[in-house]
Amino acid sequence: MIKKSLLLGAVALAMSVSVSAKEWKEVRVAIDATYKPFTFKTPEGKPTGFDVDIAQALCDEIKAKCVFVEQVWDGMIPGLTAKKYDAIISSMSITEERKRQVDFTGRYYKTPSKIVIKSDIKSDGSPASLKGKKIGVLKGSTQEKYAMGELKGAGVTVVPYEAQDQVYLDMKAGRLDGTVADIIEVQGGFLDTPDGKAYGFVGQPLLMPKYFGDGVGVAVRKADKDLKEVMDKAIKTIRGNGSWQKISDKYFPGVDIWGQ
Amino acid sequence: MNAYLLNILQGSVLVVQVALGSLAVAVVLGLAGAMAKLSAHKPAVWLATVYSTLIRGIPDLVLMLLIFYGGQIGLNAVLEAVGYTDYLEIDPFLAGVLTIGFIYGAYMTETFRGAILAIPKGQMEAGRAYGMSALQVFMRITLPQMVRLALPGFTNNWLVLMKATALVSLLGLQDMTFLAKQAGAAARGEIANAPLLFFAFTGFIYLMFTTVSLVALRQLEKKYSMGVRRGSF
Amino acid sequence: MEFEVIFRPENLSLFWEGMLNSLALLVASLVVGGVLALPLAVARVSDNLLISRPVWLFTYVLRGTPLLIQVYLIYYGLGQMEYIQARWDDSWLWKWFKEPFFCAALAFSLNTCAYTVELLAGAIRDTAHGEIEAAQACGLSRWATMRRIVLPSAMRRSLPGYSNEVIMMLHSTSLASAVPALLDITGAARSIYSDFYLPFEAFITAGAIYAVMTLALVALFRLAERRWLAHLQARTH
Repeated sequence: MIKKSLLLGAVALAMSVSVSAKEWKEVRVAIDATYKPFTFKTPEGKPTGFDVDIAQALCDEIKAKCVFVEQVWDGMIPGLTAKKYDAIISSMSITEERKRQVDFTGRYYKTPSKIVIKSDIKSDGSPASLKGKKIGVLKGSTQEKYAMGELKGAGVTVVPYEAQDQVYLDMKAGRLDGTVADIIEVQGGFLDTPDGKAYGFVGQPLLMPKYFGDGVGVAVRKADKDLKEVMDKAIKTIRGNGSWQKISDKYFPGVDIWGQ
Repeated sequence: MNAYLLNILQGSVLVVQVALGSLAVAVVLGLAGAMAKLSAHKPAVWLATVYSTLIRGIPDLVLMLLIFYGGQIGLNAVLEAVGYTDYLEIDPFLAGVLTIGFIYGAYMTETFRGAILAIPKGQMEAGRAYGMSALQVFMRITLPQMVRLALPGFTNNWLVLMKATALVSLLGLQDMTFLAKQAGAAARGEIANAPLLFFAFTGFIYLMFTTVSLVALRQLEKKYSMGVRRGSF
Repeated sequence: MEFEVIFRPENLSLFWEGMLNSLALLVASLVVGGVLALPLAVARVSDNLLISRPVWLFTYVLRGTPLLIQVYLIYYGLGQMEYIQARWDDSWLWKWFKEPFFCAALAFSLNTCAYTVELLAGAIRDTAHGEIEAAQACGLSRWATMRRIVLPSAMRRSLPGYSNEVIMMLHSTSLASAVPALLDITGAARSIYSDFYLPFEAFITAGAIYAVMTLALVALFRLAERRWLAHLQARTH
């Protein structure tokens, strides 16, 4: 009687297991689809954007099927280590702190961040000039690290949000005076829209490796060395054969997002 | 605009699935818990009491976060310790259903226990006196009456459970609430008052679910109350 | 398990701040919701459909939709309306909607008000027929009957049900973590989880805090029942 139920249990377990493809026939890719124009969804709910297209191109290179899994940003790395997906291709910056938890491929783009605030606030971008203002940031992002590290101490109120587009909603609502965000992302996702008319950049482009790391890469688990290798090779390939450039031109014509 | 609304409507299917799945789990756990609490075995009573007290003393959201985030990590650790290298994923849907079912099993335990206690004991005694086995007494005498007596509490628990499914959006599960929130932010430029519209739409769908449930359960109550004499006011 | 992380001073103070916020939300919502519930409950049992129907609609909608949606509707929905945004820097009325705390407290107040109205209305309806007859025989007006006989009695009889409602409200305050910039107990736990990747430690701590608060409330209500429902207590001899 007991043996039978053990056997049934084992069969049930085996049936619900998806075999982890060491030949990588299928790669589950995590995205946070609230980061226009890098990662977002069409009204019908289909993932799209620069990150998504790059992910698709990489999967095509390594002859695997890309399955997109949506994930809230601050749960990205825990989800990867918990094996909910195999890779993160969602504008995740390569930082020392993150490298302690996961491995990264080489970068597939690099853009600086900048502070964006209401145009009628006079500021030169220095933390002191923003004292008393409310700045919204994405929870778990490099921009949040920067804001907590540099701005909070200078008397700026830093408010973490679970998605960058929620930051823009509250900026539009007047609950926030500004944000710290990726230059390209905030341009396409906010400043170019009617809501962003009264806002502008201040200060210098922010590139401190201490907070922002060194470009954006594909994150994989430390144990999946083989996946990291094939992804690295694929990135080099699409840089070389022009597919990377094609995707970059589709979303950012005339802008160089590869960086130095 | 219609594409967004349609997308949210698809999320409502997920809500129904989560709610019904959780209900099944909750009813099973509730019956087991009620039997345990009413049984003669002290350890069973103790376990069931701890279960229902603890669960009702902690917010749903905290339990959900604990089981969802902690559960996968715990499962992975157990599997690795056993030497199983392939992954076994707790699908977000499964996590939501198990969690909500687990939580509302505690409330159902109290409801079923109250209902069973309300059945005149003499009836069960008479059944045993006639030579019915414990199982027969349960199936033929206790259960039908328990259903009738538990219906008000059951209806209440079901309505609360159904609304609790909105919390799975906070786990990242793409139900109506999650999609409405995302769409509200994404459409902020194109559609005026997008967040208000999408949330109101979602609320309206929940209201529909509530109404349908109330009507259906009221019919059920009438059916099971046939032949029961009620005092007149 | 690394519970030492939880006991670091900055994390403990995070939980403390969360606890204060949760309590503030709880008290604010209960007071506003409770005070509003009294007149609304009287209206709910009125024979005049013009008075009772709107209240019925109010409680039906608020009890039939999830609290999370209600919170989102007020914070994101109302907060994004052009009409309100244009006015909220100047007008005192709309200014409050800018604050996350106010939006959350408003949603919670309305929600608890709806449930309390139904609770109280049920107790009013269940008032012993004889008591009302006696009041009328003594010549008390309808209003005086309500004020001096029915309501005090109904409020006492609602006490057990209300204790459930208060505990439900305490648990509902955990939804405040869904509003950005509002740090309650659950928000503190989520913050620690995402900073240190310690789900068990963070959420077990949060759960323990809520459980202790729940037990405290249960004890408080037991005392209240002993005082105000003394006539209904179980015989001990």
